[in-house]
Amino acid sequence: MAVRIQRQDFDLAAEVRALSQGRHDIGAVVTFSGLCRDEAGTLSALELEHYPGMAEAQITRICEEAVGRFGLQAVSAIHRYGEILPGENIVLVVTASPHRQAAFDGASFIMDFLKTSAPFWKKEHGADGSAGGWVSAKDEDDSARDRWSKD
Amino acid sequence: MARVDLVYFAWVRERIGKAEETLELPESVVTAGELLAYLKTLGEEYETALEHENVIRVAINQEHVDHHEPIAGAREIALFPPMTGG
Repeated sequence: MAVRIQRQDFDLAAEVRALSQGRHDIGAVVTFSGLCRDEAGTLSALELEHYPGMAEAQITRICEEAVGRFGLQAVSAIHRYGEILPGENIVLVVTASPHRQAAFDGASFIMDFLKTSAPFWKKEHGADGSAGGWVSAKDEDDSARDRWSKD
Repeated sequence: MARVDLVYFAWVRERIGKAEETLELPESVVTAGELLAYLKTLGEEYETALEHENVIRVAINQEHVDHHEPIAGAREIALFPPMTGG
């Protein structure tokens, strides 16, 4: 399991390679990457603030839970911070399992919990030069997380 | 009196006007919720930042806790808004 909180960009292909290299037991790899949208041209940048230490610890806890719950063979999660421009990467989750469903579910589970419990906050900067505001948490993100606790 | 490091993030940090501070807390402050109530007595900036107490998230020693959690033994307590990463 690899969890990294970093300023710099990541290379999706390189991360997949690092996770599966030298192994012959993996049957499925799922990647999710989240990118910065320009919100129909109104957004010039996102500023991502994080809680150093806890951000890594919390994502590690989420990934560990996913490994146990879905029987994942490997997980990598990377979250960037600082200024991120439209089109740039924000987050990457890579999961590996013997069969596809566990890898899909594991990646989805990790993202749902990451969005609601990993200490990151987005601030928008407007294309018109305005400072913009903090992004509000969405109810549907809570709902997406809560579906994992249903029977 | 218990000495504790407080750290603030996002709009909680902006409204309080600082990222961190060390405070001596009176012994009457037992839970995280009581800490929020106590901080609101320290000035208008705290009152504004913590106005909607129920949305403020608390982490003790970098782990999420609810407002009923006792803060005894905490080295670092963080206050922040709902998270919006990913």
